[in-house]
Amino acid sequence: MKQYSSFFRIRFLAGLQYRTAAWAGISTQFAWGGMTILLFRAFYESDASSFPMPFSSLSTYLWLQQALLAMFMAWFFDNDIFDSISNGGIAYELCRPCDLYSMWFVKNMAIRLSRTVLRCVPILLVAAFLPAPYSVTLPAGWTAGLLFVVSLLLGFLVLIAFSMLIYLSAFYTISSLGIRLLATSVVEFFAGGIIPLPFLPESIQPFFYALPFASMQNTPFLIYTGYMQGDQALWSMAVQCAWLAGLVLVGRLLMRRALKKVVVQGG
Amino acid sequence: MIELRHIQKTFRVSRRSAGLSQAVKSLFRREYETVNALQDVSFTIRDGEMVGYIGPNGAGKSSTIKIMSGVLTPDGGECTINGRVPWKERTAHVREIGVVFGQRSQLWWDVPVIDSFELIRDIYRVDSQAYHKTLSRLTELLQIGEIVKTPARQLSLGQRMRCEIAASLLHNPKILFLDEPTIGLDAVSKLAVRDFIRAINRENGTTVILTTHDMQDIEALTERILLIGKGRILLDGSLSDLKARNSSHKTLTVAYEGGVLPSWEEITVKENKEGRAVLSVDTRTLSISEAISRISAAVGVKDISVTGESIDELVVSLYQEFAI
Repeated sequence: MKQYSSFFRIRFLAGLQYRTAAWAGISTQFAWGGMTILLFRAFYESDASSFPMPFSSLSTYLWLQQALLAMFMAWFFDNDIFDSISNGGIAYELCRPCDLYSMWFVKNMAIRLSRTVLRCVPILLVAAFLPAPYSVTLPAGWTAGLLFVVSLLLGFLVLIAFSMLIYLSAFYTISSLGIRLLATSVVEFFAGGIIPLPFLPESIQPFFYALPFASMQNTPFLIYTGYMQGDQALWSMAVQCAWLAGLVLVGRLLMRRALKKVVVQGG
Repeated sequence: MIELRHIQKTFRVSRRSAGLSQAVKSLFRREYETVNALQDVSFTIRDGEMVGYIGPNGAGKSSTIKIMSGVLTPDGGECTINGRVPWKERTAHVREIGVVFGQRSQLWWDVPVIDSFELIRDIYRVDSQAYHKTLSRLTELLQIGEIVKTPARQLSLGQRMRCEIAASLLHNPKILFLDEPTIGLDAVSKLAVRDFIRAINRENGTTVILTTHDMQDIEALTERILLIGKGRILLDGSLSDLKARNSSHKTLTVAYEGGVLPSWEEITVKENKEGRAVLSVDTRTLSISEAISRISAAVGVKDISVTGESIDELVVSLYQEFAI
């Protein structure tokens, strides 16, 4: 484990040095979060009762989403990994006495977490002091807060396990750009990154919940706001665990298959 | 102990001719060609040996190194290194080897070199006492004490290469694979790297396998040479054998005025224009002094120099001999 933890440390520390990017990110996320909230306000004003959750819960959901964006943004990939596959730098990584899947997984965790740490605190602090229905509120209760933390971690791991599959696709396609674009839009939409999943028509919701994407940001945020409670929350977390196990398994199998016939590019 | 027996590796390469119509055609039907990178490679290297692995571009040198370091899986044949099959027991195997790919970097680009070193230490689980001992020795021998605090992106090629080599040796490997370690280095860095490789081999008994196109590397470092071409081992012998076998020719460069160079049976004229001639003499049939006296009898010699066949020419003549 020590090798992975120091690998995590070095990537995490390297990520912390990009402070200007963090400030730029924070201001973008404020603008974006603010705009989304105003947009939904317009809808709520016409008929608040036709929406599945109160407006203050929605604001909390949206601010959490902005604050923790770096954890769940589907369009972010570590280009080092794609480069190492497409130009052959992977040769060195294969000369290390460790498991490549775990190493890449940890690397992704480190980069995303270092970005989140830099961004989430200022956003949440400011959003907490906004006037009432527009602010981020405390979790729906102690249990909700506790379940949220666990579920947040699970959702984060599910997202990374899924993006590992995109990285692995680079072994087969040389240029992974097409798959990345496709996967990014699919994940963003189906995970509730654009519209929270409870706002979708009820008839198609079961379909959305049957996909792994609902186990990413959707579950922890809905637990936090109190939309998911008790057994429903626990069940959703069990589903998160199942998807995590499944995606990791598929990723590892794909990795093993890819490495068997790996070709190191560029001499 | 490294043992390779009948190793084979083929790659599938997609080919198409130039032009739009061909490009469109290849959208529907792609033509692949199988390239036999390695056809039948067998050799044995004992512990503590220093071996030069040479051959023209595309001969299969790097593929062999990658198979021996567990990166590639061969299509056929056997390979055991210290009792292990590299691609089957990759993790255990790579713990005992160090690899330098001259054209790639293992140092993290945006952090100081020393951070990369410490990460490598943790990856190989080197205990801190052994690490400090190795590190201080490496920094001294490679003269990188000052530069390890700099981020890798700001190093010159020579500095970076020295750090790369140090990085590959932090876990005290028994075997060191060097794939073109001196590529692109200036004379001073080359000498430093060579001295270092020699020292590591002599003092630690590290087995060193070196691929290079720089024949001075080979001359300075290795006793034994493996020549590979078209995916086969063509020659396995010592450098001095090779020289003895091929160095019977000497080259005479003559600047002259007046007179015309006649043609002799024993002297081949390689080049002759504007009063400058390059001649090749086979010393088995004609001594150098005899050749010189014949030339000075025929023309007015202004300057004359004698050179033996350089190792580069030696290799070129080997490549020609084996038609690779």
